[in-house]
Amino acid sequence: MDLHDLPKPKDLMDIDLNKPPETGWMNNPSVFKDGTYSYPAAGKNLKILGMPNPRQWAPTDEDWKLPENWQEIILKGMKERLEKYRSFRLFMDICVRCGACADKCHFFIGSGDPKNMPVLRAELIRSVYRNDFTLLGKMLGRFGGGRELTIDVLKEWFYYFFQCTECRRCSVFCPYGIDTAEVTMIGRELLNLVGLNINWVIEPVANCYRFGNHLGIPPHGLIDMWEFMADDVEDITGIKVNLPVNKKGAEILFVTPSGDYFADPGTYTCMGYMMLFHELGLDYTWSTYASEGGNFGLFTSHEMIKRLNAKIYAEAKRLGVKWILGGECGHMWRVVHQYMETMNGPADFLEEPVSPITGTKFENAKQTKMVHITEFTSDLIKNGKLKLDPSRNDKIIATYHDSCNPARAAGLLEEPRYVIKNVVNNFYEMPENTIREQTFCCGGGAGLGNDENIEMRMRGAFPRASALNHVVAKHDVNRLLCMCAIDRATLTALTHYWAPDVTVGGIHELVANALVMTGEKERTLDLRGEPLGDEEEDE
Amino acid sequence: MNALFSLVSALIAVVALVAVSWFGVEAIGLDSVFGVIIPYIALAIFVIGVVYRIVDWARVPVPFRIPTTCGQGKTLPWIKADNLDCPYNTWGVIGRMFLEVFLFRSLFRNTKAELREGPRVTYASAKWLWLFGILFHYSFLIIIIRHLRLFMEPVPSFVQTITSVDGFFQIMVPTFFITDILFLAAVTLLFLRRVTLPQLRYISLPADYFALFLILGIGVSGVLMRNFFKVDLLGVKSLAMGLFTLHPVAPPGIHPIFYVHLFLVSVLIAYFPFSKLMHAGGVFLSPTRNMANVNRSERYVNPWNYPVKVHTYEEYEDDFREKMKEVGIPVDKE
Repeated sequence: MDLHDLPKPKDLMDIDLNKPPETGWMNNPSVFKDGTYSYPAAGKNLKILGMPNPRQWAPTDEDWKLPENWQEIILKGMKERLEKYRSFRLFMDICVRCGACADKCHFFIGSGDPKNMPVLRAELIRSVYRNDFTLLGKMLGRFGGGRELTIDVLKEWFYYFFQCTECRRCSVFCPYGIDTAEVTMIGRELLNLVGLNINWVIEPVANCYRFGNHLGIPPHGLIDMWEFMADDVEDITGIKVNLPVNKKGAEILFVTPSGDYFADPGTYTCMGYMMLFHELGLDYTWSTYASEGGNFGLFTSHEMIKRLNAKIYAEAKRLGVKWILGGECGHMWRVVHQYMETMNGPADFLEEPVSPITGTKFENAKQTKMVHITEFTSDLIKNGKLKLDPSRNDKIIATYHDSCNPARAAGLLEEPRYVIKNVVNNFYEMPENTIREQTFCCGGGAGLGNDENIEMRMRGAFPRASALNHVVAKHDVNRLLCMCAIDRATLTALTHYWAPDVTVGGIHELVANALVMTGEKERTLDLRGEPLGDEEEDE
Repeated sequence: MNALFSLVSALIAVVALVAVSWFGVEAIGLDSVFGVIIPYIALAIFVIGVVYRIVDWARVPVPFRIPTTCGQGKTLPWIKADNLDCPYNTWGVIGRMFLEVFLFRSLFRNTKAELREGPRVTYASAKWLWLFGILFHYSFLIIIIRHLRLFMEPVPSFVQTITSVDGFFQIMVPTFFITDILFLAAVTLLFLRRVTLPQLRYISLPADYFALFLILGIGVSGVLMRNFFKVDLLGVKSLAMGLFTLHPVAPPGIHPIFYVHLFLVSVLIAYFPFSKLMHAGGVFLSPTRNMANVNRSERYVNPWNYPVKVHTYEEYEDDFREKMKEVGIPVDKE
């Protein structure tokens, strides 16, 4: 489905949040409507990864070609996970269905479908848990809230666990901290056991496994892309930036999402990194093997997170760097911050990160040894190490979209704002219910940012778009900033549909616009190759 | 699950419990069954059940440190970190848990999303759930403390103080307690919320109504027996003391409404360990709330971490060595 096939925003949002269907939710099977689901994983990708049940199938088929004993496999998988994850176990047991989470989900606000209320999304699996794993559920059946795992229930899981972006917004509001991301992650793991997965997740995973990055770019392809960007930088600044690749003995390994090598507007952010590091004279290196910061394993299974993430420490060790610097990305930072060191650490072959420019010790990263680029850059700015001319960004009136994971899984709220405020003069926040820990998802995270799912994406994007349009109307905002590669792709579709006058970009694109580099020619163009300070030609 | 079915089936269940205890005492004279045997069994189930459930949860490992961060983390020294919403040490975690358990902090954040012309969406503050929740839990707590007077002789002074403050207004004889009114009001409002909000009605299970009706039944029967039937308080106290001191007797002549009250309480505590009411214990164990956001500064070990199949650099270089050399990327094996 294509963006222009969608109804107009007004018609799309002709929904009522307060009118659930007449039929009770336990007896209301999912309908796979075009534009609201993602295509299944291609068998070849599952084979590369050694994952079960590779085959050709479609969610609209009657027969999903499951293994004979699929129920047994799922229930066994549930039992195993109930014994391995206290989060899962507890979140199955303690929900009181108070409904505080109900209207906190962007997919519910945008679709009105009650099964997108976090509580009901979790109940889809909880009902089976009660039926098969609890005393009262076994005794009382439906009266005890239990429900047998039928094929319709499984299809419902597939539909709704791939209609959750694991953004954790509901968990902010839950009085017990029940985190639907945790439930969805386990739900997807279980689906994976019988070969139910989506290609937009599994193909990047398979690519990342073999090529080192989600896009499947081989090492010589990466060199092409990076050099192309370096050429653009030279055109704009007159400076030929150095481009160290797989360099042994460098001080710092730089890892960033591959989405930024490939497509606008992420490429501008990537050029920004090159310019910043060049200007600093940083002793760093890119890696073709660890050429992906993102980790679609997070949207597959805990095991897959670990399998893909292992490259980062392995490459740091092979190259003999001292520490690792990570670029602007959302879910990458969930993995780096909350999983990496536990899964693949300890990284005792690395040193505690110290900025070679300011001497600042990044004590908060002393165990994982990986520093976020906005921590690094805000420290540079604070110490006056960058010569910045924010007026070069004067045609930009910016607002900032907190990406879900840096906000709600890492607490990275101030660094990006500090950097932004130092490189752009016009900055306005969106309303407080839509930023920081209450930020709304772009609508396409967790592997859902594909074209076939476009209607559901635009529905999920609605709360973010509504907040954006608020500052567009009030302050003429024309740039939606973010520090996430998925955002840079999905928000571009969001603005296209919901707020056509707004462009999307990363933070380090603006840093590099403002960065006064030693020996640069007089800048007339921004990183997009557009004239500086000419509002008329902005678009 | 149909909303009406949930509600009606739960109501029937609670009415049946009331009927069983009333007639059991009134018609068959099972005073000591409802006054002694069932309360002891219920208490045993409660204690063993709660301990079992908590130990059972606690035995499940927490493989990853996954706090939900709701504020600025501790990073650079000049950036103000929020220790309560994004704890960076044990004190922060204790503070966060205190606010969560005693003040329902997350619920206090609640908002209501409303769609408007545009289309756009607005968020209104919605603290009713928080308010009803706080009123309900705290009046319940005070009522439980007040009940200690029935089990202790002499009555401890803090129980007396709380009781006299609670009965401050001295309306009616015997005194009508403020917490009784608040408790009944809060449970009623929580119930009305569940049946009037369409989203909430849609998600409600029989278990949700059952707990509410049961608790409402306890409150109503308690007020009725004290303020309207005016049951023999001395008889009740001797029964309670007897239970407490393990010399149980069911004195004759206590009005059946008391046994209804006691039976519903017994059912509640016996039901507690098997139900969502265990949220009371579970909240303390919730990994998104009780862990500090020190993920990158302190090691965290997963007890069941296991080796996985990875694609090594050697394999990668084998795949691409010639191409890498062509574009001048250094390789390990020539």
